Amino acid sequence: MSTTTAPVKAAPATTAYAPATRRARRRSAGLGLLAWVVGLGFCLPALWMLLTSFHSETDAATNPPSFTAPLTLDSYKVFFGSDGGASPWPPLINSLTASLFSTLFVLLLALPAAYALSIKPVRKWTDVMFFFLSTKMLPVVAGLLPIYLFAKNIGMLDNIWLLVILYTSMNLPIAVWMMQSFLADVPVSIIEAAQMDGARLPTVLARVVAPVAAPGIAATALICFIFSWNELLFARVLTGVTAQTAPVFLTGFVTSQGLFLAQLCAAAVVVSLPVLAAGFAAQDKLVQGLSLGAVK
Amino acid sequence: MTRPPAPRRAGRGPSARARAWATRAPLLPALIFLIAVTQLPFVATLFISLFDWNSLAPDERAFSGLSNYKTVVTDASLRESILTTVLLTATVVIVSVVLGLLLALLINRKFVGRGFVRTLLITPFLLVPVSAALMWKHLLYNPEYGLLNGGWAWFTGLFGDSTPAQPDWITDMPLLAVEASLVWQWTPFMMLILLAGLQSQPLDMMEAARLDGAGTWQMFRFLTVPHLRRYLELGTLLGAIYVVQNFDAVFTITAGGLGTANLPYTIYQTFYQAHEYGLASAAGVVVVIGTIVIATFALRVVSSLFSEEASRA
Repeated sequence: MSTTTAPVKAAPATTAYAPATRRARRRSAGLGLLAWVVGLGFCLPALWMLLTSFHSETDAATNPPSFTAPLTLDSYKVFFGSDGGASPWPPLINSLTASLFSTLFVLLLALPAAYALSIKPVRKWTDVMFFFLSTKMLPVVAGLLPIYLFAKNIGMLDNIWLLVILYTSMNLPIAVWMMQSFLADVPVSIIEAAQMDGARLPTVLARVVAPVAAPGIAATALICFIFSWNELLFARVLTGVTAQTAPVFLTGFVTSQGLFLAQLCAAAVVVSLPVLAAGFAAQDKLVQGLSLGAVK
Repeated sequence: MTRPPAPRRAGRGPSARARAWATRAPLLPALIFLIAVTQLPFVATLFISLFDWNSLAPDERAFSGLSNYKTVVTDASLRESILTTVLLTATVVIVSVVLGLLLALLINRKFVGRGFVRTLLITPFLLVPVSAALMWKHLLYNPEYGLLNGGWAWFTGLFGDSTPAQPDWITDMPLLAVEASLVWQWTPFMMLILLAGLQSQPLDMMEAARLDGAGTWQMFRFLTVPHLRRYLELGTLLGAIYVVQNFDAVFTITAGGLGTANLPYTIYQTFYQAHEYGLASAAGVVVVIGTIVIATFALRVVSSLFSEEASRA
């Protein structure tokens, strides 16, 4: 079999290492299995919530829990059918409005700012970056009362556009940091080429920078959307009936209707769905975004 | 790119200044907006904190100097909420960093279905916080039909024990109940950051160490941990920023009862339910001072990460 001497020489070495690699392979398979068990176990509460949302109320509230109870869409029908309770659509639409518009405004403000900080660095640009980040460390509660009083005086309480403004300011620092790191990857030469051709800033941003940095901008947008959708404190204090958002709706859902476990689960699942979808879509960029671009 | 001082003095000043403004201009809308919406309210909070102002008795509003601060420092329940905040933040951040590291190590190897397992692991972080908190409160902790007690009853039932212990989790261990739900939500975040750290580890160095006969533990202790240090710092810092400000879990699970009221919740309650505007503002200012102390340290950490990146560019 062996035509050269090399395999013969290698043979003893291979046999010597064989047990180790086999053990390593078995250990590796074991760790893979462990990862599956841990992953499922860790996600169990969420999976249980999903399952419960498809159970009837009586099956949902049994002890010990029933894993094999028949599945039904009743809870979702009740949730959307506004069975005597408030309709979930206005809060969902409010959340969508607040999240989409604030994300749009964030992008419009953050893109030029990030451009100034990465491609055409202004002097002392790191100081500016840290100013942006420091506003994120300012506890939200410390500014809430004046905002409440101000909104009350100008009649902006229970107005979804107030939340749009606040969510824009809440996400702007993160977006500037993220985009700064994404735009730093755009080759300066193509920007200079466009400027030679006489393109002004808006054109450069829209035609040259944005297409190149599109994946990063999309990730930024998704993360801003998620944070806006999730926000509770501002929404709770500053909205009432008409501008109520989905998280606020969720808190009211339980106290007003007593405890309907399956319905509560259905509501929690529905409210979480947009964020789950956005998060799974942005999985790869999520880390980079959440760590403000510091981790690449 | 020439920026010597000489040309500026030699009559080209206006155009240089114009160019400087052209560079700065794209930054201004974001800066002005942010200052208007985040800094001005804080200045107003500072101002309000000097007044004795309860909105239920608006006529008695009066300048009271630092007396609100005195109340904040001496009030037992406010002091307790400071302690709760520190305890809650430290516990949640430390435990979720440790768990996140273990999960990251586990998932940083090739196995069948790795992408799916990763998706499972990050799901808790993506649930809307209120949803997650409600889920823990009613679906897991409920003493009568929660999954914790129910699962335990099912498990003991297998061994013929029909009367297992059924603790009331939230009443018996309120702070721990809030912490557990937050750890569950933040562990995936830590895992994601640490996973990025693990994957950025230079492979050739690992190979070299292995060839030199280093064991798994030695490689972890002397190569991986030092490499991960910056990622651990970053995760801790960002986690702390968010967990310190947590409102959703405390509000939903215990409504601040049973000694779980942290500062954000206490301030919310002071102003929204007790209508003590001056006092709430003073408490807010105290939180900001505390945050500034932490942030100064935190910014230095980010700064070190940042300068490394800048020097690379």
